Amino acid sequence: MSSISIEDVKKLAKLSALTISDTEADALRNQLDEILGFVSKLSEVNTLGIEPTYQVTGLSNVMREDEVVDYGLDRDALLRNTPNQQDGQIKVKRVIE
Amino acid sequence: MTISDIRQMYEKGTTVREVVTEAINRARKDQNSAVLEVIEARALERADELDARIKKNETIGRLAGVPFLAKDNILTYDSKTTASSHMLENFEAPFQATVIERLEAEGAICIGKTNLDSFAHGGSTENSYFGPTSNAVDKKRVAGGSSGGSATAVAAGIVPFALGTDTGGSIRQPASYNGVVGLKPSYGSVSRYGVVAMASSTDVVGPITTNTEDAELVLNCMAGVDERDSTTIKIEKTTPELKKPRFGVIKEGLGEGIDPDVRRCTDNLIESLRNNDYEVGEVSLPTSPYALAVYYIIVPAELSSNLARYDGIKYGTQKTGDSLQAVYENSRSEGFMDENKRRILIGNYVLSSGYYDAYYHKAQAVRTVIIREYEEAFEKYDILLSPTAPTPAFKLGKNVSDPLKMYLTDILTVPPSLAGLPAISLPNGTGQNNLPIGIQLVAPYRLDVNLINAAKLVEEVINR
Repeated sequence: MSSISIEDVKKLAKLSALTISDTEADALRNQLDEILGFVSKLSEVNTLGIEPTYQVTGLSNVMREDEVVDYGLDRDALLRNTPNQQDGQIKVKRVIE
Repeated sequence: MTISDIRQMYEKGTTVREVVTEAINRARKDQNSAVLEVIEARALERADELDARIKKNETIGRLAGVPFLAKDNILTYDSKTTASSHMLENFEAPFQATVIERLEAEGAICIGKTNLDSFAHGGSTENSYFGPTSNAVDKKRVAGGSSGGSATAVAAGIVPFALGTDTGGSIRQPASYNGVVGLKPSYGSVSRYGVVAMASSTDVVGPITTNTEDAELVLNCMAGVDERDSTTIKIEKTTPELKKPRFGVIKEGLGEGIDPDVRRCTDNLIESLRNNDYEVGEVSLPTSPYALAVYYIIVPAELSSNLARYDGIKYGTQKTGDSLQAVYENSRSEGFMDENKRRILIGNYVLSSGYYDAYYHKAQAVRTVIIREYEEAFEKYDILLSPTAPTPAFKLGKNVSDPLKMYLTDILTVPPSLAGLPAISLPNGTGQNNLPIGIQLVAPYRLDVNLINAAKLVEEVINR
């Protein structure tokens, strides 16, 4: 498969919400190339007409009653790890100007 | 140290406080950087509670007063749960994982947390934000990973058991490197509620112990359906007892790249099993050499989605920025380590339009082929055998700059993970410089009982 350019790596980084320096991008380009080269050998396996396996349990649509379950968690406990908060709310940058 | 060693101490009248205090002291003297944090106050409080109940002759549970350590990607009270990452460096969990709750209900006492590769991304525990854990046998060598801290702590005798998580070998490979037992149960048999997610279709919690009996006991205390994890299943509790399992040696497990000592130990075991009247044949899983390629598509795909939640807003490391998007990007760039970033990028690459069919869909189809080959193999054999890892523990730093080489250490543990199969690594002798070598047993899906029975028989043959 095609090799990856620095621009590709930067675009991927943007999609992944990561910032990456030019030096990092260059190193990553080679590593990703090598890893993707390795995984592309899958094309050697004949999978014509074979269904994919996304999970192995065989479970589907596990249902429960639509009732509130008390997990014993209160707001203070859940917000204890929040870096930026005010009046029991999580505070973020303005998104609409 | 075994769980029955602890029981014997109690039979002699030792108090839980004494046993737990000793374990905490051992954890504090840890020479391998296996333990990240000791949970002293809560552990001693629980010990006193159990001592009071024992005085009143109350029944405590199957793990009464047994101290243990948990990998630091499992949420626990009164400690941090860092996943050995900068992102969660100061994270204090507001609830406990189901596995911890269940072990505590049986009287076990969590005395601390162990080191791992950041977010469990790695095979050597060198990717930890807090520095690497060293091997219990040779400090210049790796502990294996990602549950390196747990395996080393058990091998060093700090606690009789520790919890690990296994996505593609993260319990079995470090167990093998440290000469202890590592059990990866069937996918779904143990709740993942309260466990930092990596790849949701293969992540499993399991025990690291010094013998199979202890692994069985810990598994039985943890396993079962949990309404907080909708992927949990029941494992078969009773099957016709496997008195003389038929063993199939996986041909591809002894191919190229297998260290001569590993080969010799495996061959010796095969011979001993035959000498003890077990049927041992050879079986081929022709597509299994492709399993690692499947794994390095599926796992990054799943983890790139799972790690999208770390945005620096709700919890975790936050860095400032001019816009909300900049806050996300700066926080994630600061909080994740190189291997985390690499895997996120690969995941988003294989999931992006244009590549989805060629990589992700293809990988899931090859996964089906791998599963079918296992099913065929299990028509002839009850248990499949291979080395756990191609080599003994390698030197610290050796594979750090070569991610692909690091991935190859998981080549024998990844195939059962993709199929969700239960698998165990047992210590199977040593090679040069006394380095431990492991043997991996694999059983059909949900037949963890058969796996454990067979492991006990194999253990007997190895120790004879």
